[in-house]
Amino acid sequence: MMRFICAMFLAFYAAMAFAHKASDSYLTITPDDAVAHIDGQWDIALRDLDFAMGIDADGDGEITWGEVKAQHERIAAYALARLSLRLAGGICPLRVVEHLIDEHSDGSYAVIRFTATCSQPRGRLDRLDIEYRALFDLDAQHRGLLRFTHAGATRSAILSPEQPTVTFALHDGATPTSGRWAEFSQFVQEGVRHIWIGFDHILFLLSLLLPAVLVLRSRIWQPVAAFRLAGWDVLAIVTSFTIAHSITLTLATLEVVTLPSRFVESVIAISVVLAAANNVYPLVDRARWAVAFVFGLIHGFGFATVLGELGLRSSTLLIALVGFNIGVEIGQLAIVLVFLPIAYWLRATWMYRRMVVLGGSVAIMLIAAVWFCERAFNLALWPV
Amino acid sequence: MSLIARNVVAFLLGTWLSAMQAAPYLPSDDAKVLERLPLKATDPMARELRELRARVAANPDDPDQAATLARRYFRLAMAEGDPRYVGYGEAALQTWWARTDAPHPVVKMRALLKQYKHDFSGALTDFALAGQRDPSDEEIWSWRAALHIVQADYLEATNDCTMLKRHASQVGWASCQAWVDGMIGKASAAYAAMADVYARDTTAAPSARLWTLTRLAELALRMGKAVQAEAHFKQALALRVDDQYLLAAYADFLLDHGRAREVPALLKGWTKSDILLLRLALADHVLQLPGGGAHARALQSRFTAAAMRRDTLHLQEEARFRLHILGDAKRALALAQENWAAQREPRDARVLFEAAIAARDAQAGKPVVSWLESSRHEDPVLQRLARELANLPQ
Repeated sequence: MMRFICAMFLAFYAAMAFAHKASDSYLTITPDDAVAHIDGQWDIALRDLDFAMGIDADGDGEITWGEVKAQHERIAAYALARLSLRLAGGICPLRVVEHLIDEHSDGSYAVIRFTATCSQPRGRLDRLDIEYRALFDLDAQHRGLLRFTHAGATRSAILSPEQPTVTFALHDGATPTSGRWAEFSQFVQEGVRHIWIGFDHILFLLSLLLPAVLVLRSRIWQPVAAFRLAGWDVLAIVTSFTIAHSITLTLATLEVVTLPSRFVESVIAISVVLAAANNVYPLVDRARWAVAFVFGLIHGFGFATVLGELGLRSSTLLIALVGFNIGVEIGQLAIVLVFLPIAYWLRATWMYRRMVVLGGSVAIMLIAAVWFCERAFNLALWPV
Repeated sequence: MSLIARNVVAFLLGTWLSAMQAAPYLPSDDAKVLERLPLKATDPMARELRELRARVAANPDDPDQAATLARRYFRLAMAEGDPRYVGYGEAALQTWWARTDAPHPVVKMRALLKQYKHDFSGALTDFALAGQRDPSDEEIWSWRAALHIVQADYLEATNDCTMLKRHASQVGWASCQAWVDGMIGKASAAYAAMADVYARDTTAAPSARLWTLTRLAELALRMGKAVQAEAHFKQALALRVDDQYLLAAYADFLLDHGRAREVPALLKGWTKSDILLLRLALADHVLQLPGGGAHARALQSRFTAAAMRRDTLHLQEEARFRLHILGDAKRALALAQENWAAQREPRDARVLFEAAIAARDAQAGKPVVSWLESSRHEDPVLQRLARELANLPQ
């Protein structure tokens, strides 16, 4: 009976997820353009290193920096003996240049930075073989998670006891260029997508564009006489918004200027409130391009946060920046192209001037005011 | 902007920010503690493991020593929910891992480790082999029954229970059969049988009593008796045995009954466990406390880490996370479907139903509807969800 229940008790857990993360190491290999020189970084969990070679010298169950430091040579010897790189068959001796520490989601890791200079055999340097043997003899569930970056393209591989080796083709004509083009168009799409799902940017732009087909006479919106006038107004607004947000998007992405995202998001909400309020209580008329410019600066920081979370590497930063920005402009242009003819056509109607411009602006103000409260005070007012 | 997108972006942003903060550094203080190990070197268990490892190293071809070490690691994995121990156990059996002619103790351990990796078919094959060699081993039939229940193969599970009756113990059979019966529309009979086992076996170990009580609570819920179920949960908790399954089941009960407020206290100190972290995040989400996103972000980063090594052991949890916290019904549905292909317990059924309803995809819920019909499984929640699904526009 007892044995049965105990077995049943264990069997309870069939199909239950692990409560913890399994053992992984993170290996980054980056050959330079000349290929023969390779930079690498290898993050191995301190817990795994302790299991493999014993780091907790005083056996108190706590690994201190002092204990790790004292073992640096042994750690390097253990790790480098279990990794081999071969360039076109020629061996690449590894050398540790730096020992650091990093935190991953499941604890502290020893960070081993290394370089390899490959002996150059004759013939084409067209492939790099990587062989990984760390910890597999002790933990069959251990995996080496490899990121290989070369010529602007990043490839990844999962190394396991079943598959401990991987070969990467170098200067593989097809990948880098098509990889770059694919990456570029992906960022363009992300830019378009962002302006479309980023309701706050659309509302800001619309608030400024709504009165473009009107003109302020004695503090009352009147229809403009010619399409040309509305067109110039729209062009000025969209261009200055674009220039402004391109500036800050670039500065923020290059980390020249960074602002806390809560502040940015809050100010973006305010910008929408003010832009809409201006349609209800007009203060600025023909100079709305200036408003677009000033607040465009802050919207650029908002775009930068989104771009940042798409995951950027310095090698593709320019592609990402240009692609994303072009995407944003395309998305914007699409809005304008739909908006302008319709608004121009309806501009003289009561419905457009009262309901769309005034009613719409009041609605936008309210929505944006709620956003502001949510963002500035970290509240959740929308039911999610 | 859609709320889904906003939520997803907010979480990606959170994950990205925490990733940005992590950069390799040089600690300045030698005394700084970087990592706490699960076992001290002086711990008796650590000593025992060291000795076992040394014996295996000295006799690498001895299957009994290797199986003993693997079993020790397997029990640790169970207790701690730590997959590293499963990897250590597997490594100990490496010599025989792929061999069909492996010795008996190795085959059984191999089966246990395989099921922990959710390789159910591999585990069942090994258990079948082990059961042929030693049919009097209760553990083998219990595990087979458990795995067949996970796969919703109640006929095979009943056969496993019968093997217990034939070769092992009557009482064991009673528990086993009650467990199966509870799945197939006989909840009240199963409840009575399980309660009988509990009443008669007063000398059982606390962990065994906890097992029976948790099952009683689940059966009571299936019968729509929430008060009774909670009484059993409380009895089980009062045994003071740390048990993640029980905590998860009771936390789900609280969440279902509008008592999210009680969850943080129940699961205090359990953030290391992914399955309990999910319940904490769900409670935060309901309560909307300031700063409540931390659990959800931690969970997201663990899913990301698991995805990097292409682990699919968290499908059920990730589906619930995507559905209830991120509000991403489409992705949640895909995960829930993938999960249902691998495991078919009531919890798996529920998340697939909920995701299908949220995604307004009646077709996607069909497999669960047919499971519910063919098994005649009773559960007021699942029945209600099945009706909701049926009312979706086709």
